[in-house]
Parts: sequence; C-alpha cells; structure tokens
Amino acid sequence: MELTGKERIWQEYQKEIAGDNYFYARSCIRQTFFPGSEWAYLDILRNKLDKRVTEDPKHTTCTGIGYHTDVVPAETTMTVVARHFALMTEAGCENITPSCITSFGLYTEILDTWEHHPEIEEKIREFLWKATKREFKKPANLAHTSDIIYKFRNEIAALAPHRLRDVHTGRPLRGVDHIGCHYAKMFPAKGIGGAEFPAVLSGLIQAWGGESVDYPERRHCCGFGFRNYLVMANRGFSVANSKKKFESMQAYEPDFIVANCPGCAMFLDKWQYTLSEMEGVTYGQHGFGIPVFTYEELTALVLGYDPWEIGLQMHQVAVEPFLDKIGIAYDPEAKYLNSRGESMGRPACPTYMKVIK
Amino acid sequence: MSTLLERLKKNIHFEEGMNSCMNCGVCTAICPAAEFYDYDPRRLVDAVQRENEESIRELLRSEQIWYCGECMSCKTRCPRGNTPGLVVMALRQLSQEEGCFTESEKGRQQYALKRVIAHNILERGYCITPDLVKPEMHPEQGPVWEWVYAHMDELYERMHANLKQAGPGVLRQIDDDSMQELHRIFEVTGGMEYMERIEQCSVKKAEELGTTPEEYFISVYTENNGRHGN
Ligand code: SF4
Ligand code: SF4
Ligand code: SF4
Repeated sequence: MELTGKERIWQEYQKEIAGDNYFYARSCIRQTFFPGSEWAYLDILRNKLDKRVTEDPKHTTCTGIGYHTDVVPAETTMTVVARHFALMTEAGCENITPSCITSFGLYTEILDTWEHHPEIEEKIREFLWKATKREFKKPANLAHTSDIIYKFRNEIAALAPHRLRDVHTGRPLRGVDHIGCHYAKMFPAKGIGGAEFPAVLSGLIQAWGGESVDYPERRHCCGFGFRNYLVMANRGFSVANSKKKFESMQAYEPDFIVANCPGCAMFLDKWQYTLSEMEGVTYGQHGFGIPVFTYEELTALVLGYDPWEIGLQMHQVAVEPFLDKIGIAYDPEAKYLNSRGESMGRPACPTYMKVIK
Repeated sequence: MSTLLERLKKNIHFEEGMNSCMNCGVCTAICPAAEFYDYDPRRLVDAVQRENEESIRELLRSEQIWYCGECMSCKTRCPRGNTPGLVVMALRQLSQEEGCFTESEKGRQQYALKRVIAHNILERGYCITPDLVKPEMHPEQGPVWEWVYAHMDELYERMHANLKQAGPGVLRQIDDDSMQELHRIFEVTGGMEYMERIEQCSVKKAEELGTTPEEYFISVYTENNGRHGN
C-alpha cells in the first residue's frame, strides 16, 4: 500500500523493533532507584507477553556516566560496550535492549561512529581481543526497553484490567511524558517520533485510555546534566531545569508523569520534594506532588501488579492519589513491610509536600 | 609536537560535532546550560572556529567549557549540523590532557568526578549502587531515600533484587573475572592512564594550594564562588 500525506511523513518517525529474543542490558541507575521496575519488566515480557529475554550476570556498567562526565575516554567506553555485544553474541542473541537511556544513546552513537569510521571499529575489536579474548557481532536490532513496550502496547491493553481513567468520573487521566534527551536528540531516527514528536510514551498513555499532555517545556532536559548533578556545587543547574518543567506543566493539571530514563524519573520525583522544601511549592493537586512513574511501573499498574511489589514505596511523591483515581486496590499497611511481613518503620514526612502517612 | 588545533581536529567528537558555524545562536536558544549559566555555545564554537592557538589554550583554562550538561539538545537544532556539546567533549579531553582543567573552579571538579565515578566503576562494576548514595551527601533525595538507605538489605530483597550476591538479577555482585576484564579494558585502551592524569594534576594543584588531596576533594565537590550565573 502506498502511504500518502501524514501517514507517509509519520513513517519516517517509526523504527524497527525486533519482535522476540532480546538480550537485556540492565541499568545501574534503574537498579539503584527503581529495582522493582527491572523485575516487573522481565516478568511482563516473559510471563505476560511470552517473549524470550536473556541476560548475563557478567554484564557490567556501560561506563556511560563516566563518559559523559569526561573521566572515561571514548575508546574505553566503546570497548566496554563491545564486551556487552560479545556477551550478547555468546548468548546466541542479536537483538539488544538496554534499560538505560544513557546506554541506549551510547550504543546508538557507537554504532553510528563505527559506521562512519570502520577503522575505529577495527581498533576496538583489537582492544577487546587483547583485553578479554572476546569477539562480537554487532546487534541486528537495538531497541530501548520502552520501544518494546510500545510495540506491544495494544496487546498489553487487551490484557490490562485497568485503564488510565478516573474510575469515579470516567475522565481520561492526563499524563505528561518525558522521553529523556539521549533517547532521540542525538539520533532522532532511532527514537519513535524522533526528537520532535515524542510518541514512545504518549503512545502508551493513549493506548491505555489516558490523555497525553503537550506542554511548552515538554522536550526540555530534566536537568541531570551529568556533572551538573553529580557534583554537589552544581546542583542548582539541575533543580532549576526541573523547576522550569514543573512550572510549565502545572497549568495542565497532569495526573501523572511517566519517564523513559531512570535518571529523569528519579529527578522529577525527588526535585519536587527539594523544591517544596526550598520554596514551599507543590505542583500536584491538594498539596501533593505530581506522581512520577517509570514506564515499567505504569505498564505494571495497568496490568494489575501490586504497587508495593513493584517498588512504588520508594517514590518520594505519594502515589496513592493516582492509585485511588485509577481504582487500584492496595493495602496501606503492606507499604512498609519486608518480605517476611515485618515492619521496616516509616519515612519521615516532608515539611510542605503532602504524603500519605 | 602537534598544535592544540591539530589535536582537536583528530578528536572523533570534534570531527563529528564541528562543521562550520554561521553564528546564528540557535544552539544557545535551546541550551539548558545557557539558560542558567553565563555560557553561550555559539560563542564557544565561534572561538574554536577562529583557529587561534592562544584563544584555544585560553578556553582550555576557562570555566566556559565546563558548564555544558552534554544533553545534546543542540544537535537537534543546529542548521549547519554542528553539535556544540561534542565540541565541548573534545575541549574537555584536551584540557585534561594538557593539565589546564585545574585552572578553573568548574574544571577542578573533574577530580571529584574522577574519584567518585572511577571508584564506582572499577570497584563495583557499576556507575552507581544504592550504598553510594549517602543521604548526608544527597539531602535533595529526601526522607524516603533516607528510609530506603536505612533498610537497604530488606527493602531490595522485597524488590526481588539480588543485592551484592552472586548470580543474575538486580544489583548482583559482579564476579571477579568480569571485574578483571573491565580493569584490563581500562588498561589496554588508555582509560587508566587518562584517569591517572586527572589524579596527578589534581594532587599537584592541591599541593600548590597547600591542602591535602582529601581537603581538596571536599572543596572541589562543594565550593561554588557564585559567579557562574547569567
Ligand atoms: S533528560 Fe536528564 S537524565 Fe534523561 S537523558 Fe536528558 S539529561 Fe539524562
Ligand atoms: S549539549 Fe551542552 S551545549 Fe548542547 S544544548 Fe546541551 S548543555 Fe547546551
Ligand atoms: S546553531 Fe550551529 S550554526 Fe548556529 S551558532 Fe550554534 S553551532 Fe553555530
């Protein structure tokens, strides 16, 4: 069929995403701040969508944070990533799917550099062989983990007991997406919707009955800026950029934020607390913050996973107002229990931002 | 010995990021760093484009090259296909190789980054793990993180993690063989030498300032002279 008009244009913003047999590359940041998300992701892919996902415990950091803080040179980072490709090859896989946006951006950049400079690829192969005696094939398909959820969004909708709607009024919930700079700003053709028309997460929101909010600072950086957060003296940069986004989205009264990058999800959650302590401001309804989810958490919630099983008690902004709207039952007492059902105490309350005690 | 310009031109980031700049300022308009710092990627790219050795050396010693957050937002917009963020990466590399980074407050921070990130990568095999996010160094993380930190083992177990244990899963201990491979990669590719250079220049600077490396680390991590904003 010949595509015309908008459909043809939109075609340029789609990408190939493999349908099965993925090699999963974990994210240091996601494991640290959203450990339940990685567990939920694998459970959804393997047990709900019936996909084959392989991982290898020998997989390490991609060194992306070192590369983008300029303490690890490019050749070193490329060789570490080449080792990841080798682990994928040894596992008999050819589709790689990193859980981190920084890794996804980095893998994309490296493959692009090798395309333009085969001599660099050759050099990296030699480095890898010298250091580890490993060899690799380049991945046939590189997709961020959220791309795969996007690909199966309609299948997920068919399985989901919940919709992104207010069960009391039927109103579609308003979701703000944040796809993260390194998802598509460097190589727009490698991200669904490119850098201009972010679709990877808004596509999920719409497929699951919600409404995606377009707001002026939608594409602005969350403010991580690597050295600008990691060095304490620079954190004003980080919080100022997040503040700019919150102020811009607040007018649209979003019910939730969903983020692609684990770093962004963490900042957008934690900086709401920081800003409330600094300035007494809150951006959500009734003195709460705006709940922030990773896309794995959002997927798991519509699929009916228990909120405390997937780690929502690790969020600073209270998630309960969202759970109440969408009609997800939860046990408030179970929130702070360990696996043996014993209490782990409770976090202290912020000064201004409301939380559920 | 080749000139700074020749070395820049050999840098892959420079090659990918620098065509010709028409000084339109579109990159500056979209840049999150230009918004809050006295920083202008347009000016920076223009300065490099002039190909003047002295002004390049001046840049390497300046605060200017350390504001960028490497978000690469500028790449999406430059009508000439430049990426100022990549030009910055090339300048930062040169500044560290030349030992010029210790001449600016923001540049000196590379010592803190090197110590923290290199330690995490080479000791743990991760850029970050939960025990490294100490609440006293991260007040912005708030009371829930304090609670997470205090109940780390139980909580990550509840999250199906495999914290510091052998085998697969979230936050598993990286095995010794893999750690050795990682170290060898750093040695073979020049990563160790690169970080050693940051260390040496910083220790030398600390000596010049009459402080211990430990005091120097704390000061570069926390100090802000308040003169960076726009
Ligand atoms: S939005 Fe923030 S954390 Fe995400 S990719 Fe950009 S800088 Fe990184
Ligand atoms: S990469 Fe650097 S120069 Fe480019 S927009 Fe981001 S902060 Fe600005
Ligand atoms: S957008 Fe491109 S051409 Fe315009 S000033 Fe920036 S680097 Fe130069």
